[in-house]
Amino acid sequence: MLEVADLHVSYGQSEAIHGIGFTANKNETLAIMGRNGMGKTTLFKSLIGILPLGKGKISIDGQEVSSMESYQRVKNGIAYVPQGRMIFPTLTVQENIQTGLENSRSKRIPEDIFALFPVLHEMRHRKGGNLSGGQQQQLAIARALVTNPKVLLLDEPTEGIQPSIIKDIANVLNEIRKLREITIIVSEQVLSFTMAIADRLIVIDKGRFIHEDLRENVDTAKISKYLSV
Amino acid sequence: MGGYTLTELGSIFVMQGFAGLSLFSVLLLMALGLAIIFGQMGVINMAHGEFMTIGAYTTVMFSVLTAKFAPGFIDYYFPFAMLVSFLIAFGIGYFVEFAMIRHLYKRPLDTLLATWGLSLIMQQIFRSAFGAREVSATLPEWLLGSFQPTESIDIPLNGIFVMGLTVFVTLGVFYFLFKSRWGLRVRATTQNRIMAGAVGINTRLVDRVSFALGCGIAGIAGAAFTTITSTGPTTGTLYIVDTFLVVVFGGAASLFGTIASAFSIAQAQSIMEFFMTGSMAKVLTLLTIIGILMLRPEGLFSIKVRK
Repeated sequence: MLEVADLHVSYGQSEAIHGIGFTANKNETLAIMGRNGMGKTTLFKSLIGILPLGKGKISIDGQEVSSMESYQRVKNGIAYVPQGRMIFPTLTVQENIQTGLENSRSKRIPEDIFALFPVLHEMRHRKGGNLSGGQQQQLAIARALVTNPKVLLLDEPTEGIQPSIIKDIANVLNEIRKLREITIIVSEQVLSFTMAIADRLIVIDKGRFIHEDLRENVDTAKISKYLSV
Repeated sequence: MGGYTLTELGSIFVMQGFAGLSLFSVLLLMALGLAIIFGQMGVINMAHGEFMTIGAYTTVMFSVLTAKFAPGFIDYYFPFAMLVSFLIAFGIGYFVEFAMIRHLYKRPLDTLLATWGLSLIMQQIFRSAFGAREVSATLPEWLLGSFQPTESIDIPLNGIFVMGLTVFVTLGVFYFLFKSRWGLRVRATTQNRIMAGAVGINTRLVDRVSFALGCGIAGIAGAAFTTITSTGPTTGTLYIVDTFLVVVFGGAASLFGTIASAFSIAQAQSIMEFFMTGSMAKVLTLLTIIGILMLRPEGLFSIKVRK
């Protein structure tokens, strides 16, 4: 579903991603694990088009998107939940979700979104900025989900969120996969969370993939070692 | 009180109050465009007044051409002139955003300088094209004269017209910003441009249309302006400071604030003007505004969320 080949990304002269390539299949959850500063966020930002590619190719469902702007990539079926949520603080919850409806004809929020996130329905008239961290995370996922993505990117969705809500988010992501059979790619440092959702794990280190394994075969001790400083 | 009888004093209050309402309407019409451009987009557009002048000159030209080629049409030309003023100001705004403003979104202070330069250039163009002398439009019959509810009260019709127009435009802007999909795009883009792109909004187009719309509304203000006074190359500059004052005092991101602040500034100004000199009234108004802004730096109304 998502194919990435020989991806290079630089900040000015310094290259942060040195030739990454991978394929994520339909109905698969892929976790990209790594410590801070190893290039997870850079990778995600280049996938959604916030950072330009130095070299390489990205295609969604056979359609190449490498030179498109973010909004065009969204139209082609990729959605992004950024690190730190980045919801629109002075828009209401309802309006926040509606911003994702750009490519749909109606501005009605589909029922299934509120079924997944009942708390957002309760709070729909509140300002997004007045929600708690966990609720904002759910809002960011809902906003990405209404674009009807084929590929959903989540950048460190558990950052700064209490353990009980982390479990909820894992359940929601599994539920989304079951309902929509889409590709989910998540970057993470928390191994227990990844083990609860991912089919496949990749470890990123200094801008390169250094290890890959299916969840069934994962040696947690080994991955933990990669994640510890 | 100063030798006035009670009825006279009452009439003075009504008429000055109405003069205040007219001033309020003009200020608000001007400020609405700026509320979008400065309040929502954060662009300091010093040339905003010149877009108003464009509207005013368009209306004057329209009236001259009508008088010359279709004198029978003179009673009806005004609504068309307003529409054309809007379209021309919108078009020029669209072009200015494309040619200049979009390169400066990340450098707000440079925008100030660049748009100030643009305002000087536009003033000189007006001067070269229309001459330095002030010109005025031939007003249709129905805009002249006044409404006299009692013996001593005289309310000019053009003032009533401008007020009606202001109500209409204000409602339109409200609908656009808070109910339409375009408004949602504008508000999302101004809050977080990058993220708005990443949820699927074409942010460049949003910027261009919002800027052009703000300019178009200034064009309407200019058209309305011709019913009250004459137009010269520097007409816009006279109002730009007051307009910024209205938007800043009201709270940059709040449309309600803009309305409330235009109202209080205009009323204070025109009622005080009758009892003291114009400049004293201005000084008092400004001092009050500065005092209030020191206590509430974000203006009268600001949106509060967790930071």
